[in-house]
Amino acid sequence: MRPTPRRCPLADSQIIVETASHAEAYNPALLHHFAEPQQQRDAASLGMWIFLATEVMFFGGLFCAYLIYRLAYFGDFAAASTSINAALGGANTAVLICSSLTVVLAIWAAQTSRRALMLLMLVLTMLFGCAFLGIKAKEYHDKFVEHHVPGASFSFEHEEIPGHPGQYANPHHAEIFFALYFIMTGLHALHMIVGLGVFTWLLWAAWKGRFTPDYYTPLEIGGLYWHFVDIVWIYLFPLLYLIDRHR
Amino acid sequence: MATAPAQPVERENYLNAHYGIRSWLLTTDHKRIALLYLISITFFFFIGGFFALLIRLELLTPAGDLVQADTYNKLFTMHGQVMVFFFLIPSIPAVLGNFLVPMMIGAKDLAFPRINLLSWYLYIIGGAMMLHCILTGGVDTGWTFYTPFSTEFSNTKVIEAGLAIFVAGFSSILTGLNFIVTIHRMRAPGMTWSRLPLFIWAHYATSLIQILGTPVIAITLVLVVAERALHLGIFDPKLGGDPLLFQHLFWFYSHPAVYIMILPSMGVVSEVIACFARKRIFGYTFVALSSITIAVFGFLVWAHHMFVAGISVYAALVFSLLSYSVAVPSAVKVFNWTATLYKGSIRYDAPMLYAFGFVGLFTIGGLTGLFLASLGVDVHVHDTYFVIAHFHYIMVGGALMGYLGGMHFWWPKISGKLYPEGWARLAALIVFVGFNLTFFPQFILGYLGMPRRYYDYSHMPEFQILNVFSTAGATILGVGYLLPMIYFLWSMRYGKPAPDNPWNAAGLEWQTASPPPTFNFDEEPVVTWEAYNYDEIDAAHPEEVSVGG
Repeated sequence: MRPTPRRCPLADSQIIVETASHAEAYNPALLHHFAEPQQQRDAASLGMWIFLATEVMFFGGLFCAYLIYRLAYFGDFAAASTSINAALGGANTAVLICSSLTVVLAIWAAQTSRRALMLLMLVLTMLFGCAFLGIKAKEYHDKFVEHHVPGASFSFEHEEIPGHPGQYANPHHAEIFFALYFIMTGLHALHMIVGLGVFTWLLWAAWKGRFTPDYYTPLEIGGLYWHFVDIVWIYLFPLLYLIDRHR
Repeated sequence: MATAPAQPVERENYLNAHYGIRSWLLTTDHKRIALLYLISITFFFFIGGFFALLIRLELLTPAGDLVQADTYNKLFTMHGQVMVFFFLIPSIPAVLGNFLVPMMIGAKDLAFPRINLLSWYLYIIGGAMMLHCILTGGVDTGWTFYTPFSTEFSNTKVIEAGLAIFVAGFSSILTGLNFIVTIHRMRAPGMTWSRLPLFIWAHYATSLIQILGTPVIAITLVLVVAERALHLGIFDPKLGGDPLLFQHLFWFYSHPAVYIMILPSMGVVSEVIACFARKRIFGYTFVALSSITIAVFGFLVWAHHMFVAGISVYAALVFSLLSYSVAVPSAVKVFNWTATLYKGSIRYDAPMLYAFGFVGLFTIGGLTGLFLASLGVDVHVHDTYFVIAHFHYIMVGGALMGYLGGMHFWWPKISGKLYPEGWARLAALIVFVGFNLTFFPQFILGYLGMPRRYYDYSHMPEFQILNVFSTAGATILGVGYLLPMIYFLWSMRYGKPAPDNPWNAAGLEWQTASPPPTFNFDEEPVVTWEAYNYDEIDAAHPEEVSVGG
């Protein structure tokens, strides 16, 4: 018999001390310091949410720097922004949104005991992730060829500011744009690579049959992380690619 | 449970449950990790203290005669970086917090024991990088890494120091994350929010700053490292970058970081004062919520470090006003501690002496903070020894006194041994005297115009007498810090075995054995009482005698 779920805080009148219940409710995935599976699940999920809050602040510093320079050097940023390939960026946005869908379907499959579907969806998620990184690599390569990578060989001479014929962008300011572009998308890509690592482990665990309708916490918090990385991209894409495309 | 007399055969506890180096380095027991942290931060404390000693020796005479200017720059930089990032920030949370947070709420461990161990390893990796940086030449930017000096002009190991602090920052984030989840999800039955010890509230507020502030300094250091390595121009005015942006990002973390250092100390002081005044803490809810308020307000005041850096006068006005507002929750705490003492049965054991020291010194540090928050006065004393004295009153007079008080208070629980009370009181006195002799003259020096970070003041020889006081005080202070280390180590071997509750204190951590078993409690505790129910405890055991009394 399962003990009554024990949620804290409890009012004094509701306290139920279940001294012998641990052995009855034995669960191989329950770690020693938790009283019951629900508590462990809640802890894991809250832990991931708090981790994502730190990630928001981590990227937040970069967004702040970006917005300040975008306000200060709008024309230069617009010129630099139009030089990156928005079609590839758009394709990557679509790829990531699809991958978020497959993550959710994988969790649903775990909840409803559809093992084959869960494995398929995990594989698809990872394929989408790899596709994203491949497209990203193509974009980076293009920038490298065009000498738009900040550093000694950087060059952004005689690039017109959109909507201001005859006015050229300041290469120093454009370099700041590209520095932020590479740091922000680079950090995002790093998070994608970490995500792929996590999903490799999840796929292995799913293959081993670790996940059941009663226990799929790793899938859920791995999915949370994946969605977060997607959402960062949803902000990065318009900020970096779509500054001044409406002309 | 707790009341059996000391047995001839030692019962199993977290210290003797396993032996061998592996059982320590691979432990996931929060109490053992706390001890790992204790050893490591003590090591870094003495490294930082060594730099402080050299600084004080150089300033003994007006001429720059002991070290060269470049060396002096490195000394104060590495004193600051080691003390802030490798001692003060992990001090109370990672040692006392790690040990006590699960025990105080009646849990078997933190929510994520392996992440807790990971955080210690990150700290060690960051610390090793910092040590390597120190031994191979050090940094001279000041602990603040101000650009464009750090990114363009400094010829020292800025990148390595930045990465060391980056890594150590993640250790701090993981500790904060672990505490928040633990406090939310691991409380024993009946341990409601309104029954939490104030130590827990203080750590909750600290953790909020750790998880929300630290990532910002991490990304800022990434930008500094990238800028220095690749000359991107983000913080370089020559290339269109903005050095003020760096300062904003830096202080967005580094001002709240002051509250990472002081809030846990406030938690310790609340525990100690209630216990040694034998009274329920006055205004529990206000003291608890003032911790949260300090954490929240702390995020809104960072630009008071930049009043003379060229920010707009309107921004300065707003930040000045907001900085004053932090004084309100801080004063709430001081007044509530004082009111707790009123008509209490006060005992003067060593932890209480440190707590008294904390209240007085923190008050001086806080009030001089108001001088610095006001725009006009700040222009006068900015970058002088007044600022140095102010923040040492907070960080040493406040945070470090709280840490030492807490170490004495919980040492019987941690080690299972009693420390020698007479020596401890003497050490507390020495620390208090030494501290004031070191830092009070610096208020005067700063007010008279002695700038910080100068190694040579031979154009103003009249400053020497105050500097001699300060150096003499620092020597006394050093003795005051060595003493506890010596008698704590002594007591581990020769100290009398500690009873489970030597102070007759409230709190779940005192209801289990000293030292506690690996899983903290033999039976899961059930809480039906409020924190600091000293009136009930004393009514139940009127003739209970404490070690000190």
